[in-house]
This record gives sequence, C-alpha cells and structure tokens, in this order.
Amino acid sequence: MVAMEDLLRRIAGVEATSGLAEVLDKRADIFEMTQESHDAALMPADPGGISHAERAALACRVARLTDAPDFATHYEDLMSKAGAVGTTARIVDLEFLGGDDTRLAALIRHVDLIANDPKSATGDAIEALKGAGISEPDIVRLSELVAFLSYQLRVAAGLKLMRVLT
Amino acid sequence: MKTLHDFTTTVPAWKPHVAPLDLAKATVAQLDALKVTPSNQKVSDYVLVLAHDVETLKVRTPLFNAIMYNRGGLSRAERELGAVSSSVVNRCIYCAAVHASRYNQLAREGTTIAEIFARGANAKLEPRLAAIFNFATRLSQSPPTADSADIAALVDAGLNPDEILDLVLSTSLFGWANRLMHTLGEPIEA
Repeated sequence: MVAMEDLLRRIAGVEATSGLAEVLDKRADIFEMTQESHDAALMPADPGGISHAERAALACRVARLTDAPDFATHYEDLMSKAGAVGTTARIVDLEFLGGDDTRLAALIRHVDLIANDPKSATGDAIEALKGAGISEPDIVRLSELVAFLSYQLRVAAGLKLMRVLT
Repeated sequence: MKTLHDFTTTVPAWKPHVAPLDLAKATVAQLDALKVTPSNQKVSDYVLVLAHDVETLKVRTPLFNAIMYNRGGLSRAERELGAVSSSVVNRCIYCAAVHASRYNQLAREGTTIAEIFARGANAKLEPRLAAIFNFATRLSQSPPTADSADIAALVDAGLNPDEILDLVLSTSLFGWANRLMHTLGEPIEA
C-alpha cells in the first residue's frame, strides 16, 4: 500500500527535493498521523457494519463529488483490493442512489449530504439513518469516514496551491 | 432546550443525536482511547459519541493537538482563525463559538470575530487577517474554490510557507471537525 505521506505528496505533485518537501518535513508527525487516520477510517481492524469495500467505494464517491479525480483513482484501487462487487461497486456512480436497498440508499444520501452540504444537516439526517436500521456505532463510523476525507481532500488542494511558493 | 442557529462567542451546550457510549459498557480499547482512569471519569458527551469509532478517535485526538498547538509556524491565534473560517462556512455554531472565543483570548481583540459573525464572507478585515480568512473560507467550500490568487494574497500579507501550511492544516482539520460536531448533535443554550 502507498503510504499516506507519499499519497498526499504524489497527488499534490510535491517533488522529493523541492523546498515544499522541506516545509512538509517539519510537520512530519502530522502527515504520519494523517496516514494512520486514513487507515483507521478506510481499513479499521473492526469495521463494524460498514465493510472495507463499502468504505473505499464511498470514499471514491466523495472524491468524485468534490472534484478530486486523483483521489477517486486511489480509492478505486482500494476498492478493487477490498473486492467491491455488485451494488457496492455501483456506489461510485453519482447517479446511483442505492436503488431498492434501503440501507445503502440511506448511507449514500448521508454521505452526499455531509460531503457536499454539511451546513444543511439536522437531526433528521441522523434519524433517517436510524430508520434505515443503521446502528449508532455505524453512524459514527460513517461520519468519521466522510469527515476525514473532507480534511484529506482539502490538505491536498492546499498543497497543490503551495507548489508555486518554494 | 432551544437549538441555537446564530453565531455566538458564548460556548453553548451540545445535545447529541447519537447516544454517547455508556462507560460501564466500554471496551478496554475505548477506555484507553478516552484516557479514562479511576480518578478521571470526566469525558464530554461529544467524545463519548466519537468513542463508538475508537480506532479513528485514538489517532484523531493527537493529530488535532499537533495541528492546533505544535511549535513554530503560524501563530495559535491565526490557526484559530482558520478553524473559525471553516466553522462559519459549514455553520457549525458550536465549533465557531469555541474557536472564536479562543481567537479573542489569544489575539486580545474582539472586533475581527464580531465583523466575521456579522458579515460572513463579506467581512472587512485588516489585510493579513483578510488574506487568512478569505483563503480559509474558500478552501472550506465544497468543492474547495481557493486558488493561486488567494495564495498570492497570503504571501503579499507576509505569510511564509511554514505559516501557510499550518493554515491549510488547521482549516482542513475543521472541515473534519465541523462534519462531526454539526451533524452528530446540535448546539443548545448552556
């Protein structure tokens, strides 16, 4: 697996010998913990009710929603490694809203809302997840996944803009 | 209890939409991540909600502290301003209150936050703070809209690359925090 530090640097186009790489090295602890957060959100030892394949597919969907094709490619790769098939593989299609699968439809609706328009979220969004049978621990796991991705995508966007500086 | 919808520097209470973890039923891993000991049983409802995903919580806490409090780079006050900018975009009233009040304490002034809360993205600020607020606001949009002109404005305002990296990190961190605090519960009158 590509380390997160390398992933962020690769996606942001940070050359190993550049001045920007030296700036990032001063915050090496942060980039290491970002990697650990990625692993905890995407590939936890205890995934609860949301499988590694579903997490990778939802991450790819968030990347597409957020106009981050380079991350979408990374998460597609993670999806195939996790063996995403059937409706799980369809999650990455932004037109697919879960079909007849009420659990999947609830997951997708929530991910789209939190990734794109978190300010509009109210208690009703959480009630909808509970109504679709999603457990409370899984609601927190899903929220952490989308929230982490939102952080990761923004760090990469910022690093890309910083390339001109050094 | 009344749900708060307007920005304030008075830190509200927070009412969870998901049941906080029952400490009596916590696993060893959860107690470890929460740093609960016989002499320390005080854990906020917010952290007890997050403890349902203990693997993420365990790394997020030190990551949060490193981004907001580590040495060098951007001043603590200006990192708080990055946090506030994100919280305003995402309308996380609770996060905005906590980090606006910290900004005011650290910067020893209240006019910047008052202007941001009153006028949002149209706030008129002194040049360095305006460059920080504008960049952080645009990085927080979904998708982010920050561009090379925003970075040039940060450079013109005197920020060096170390400081700009810390601003990217603190602003992005609140893209994460807002999506937990604002969606898993709501701010109510304290």
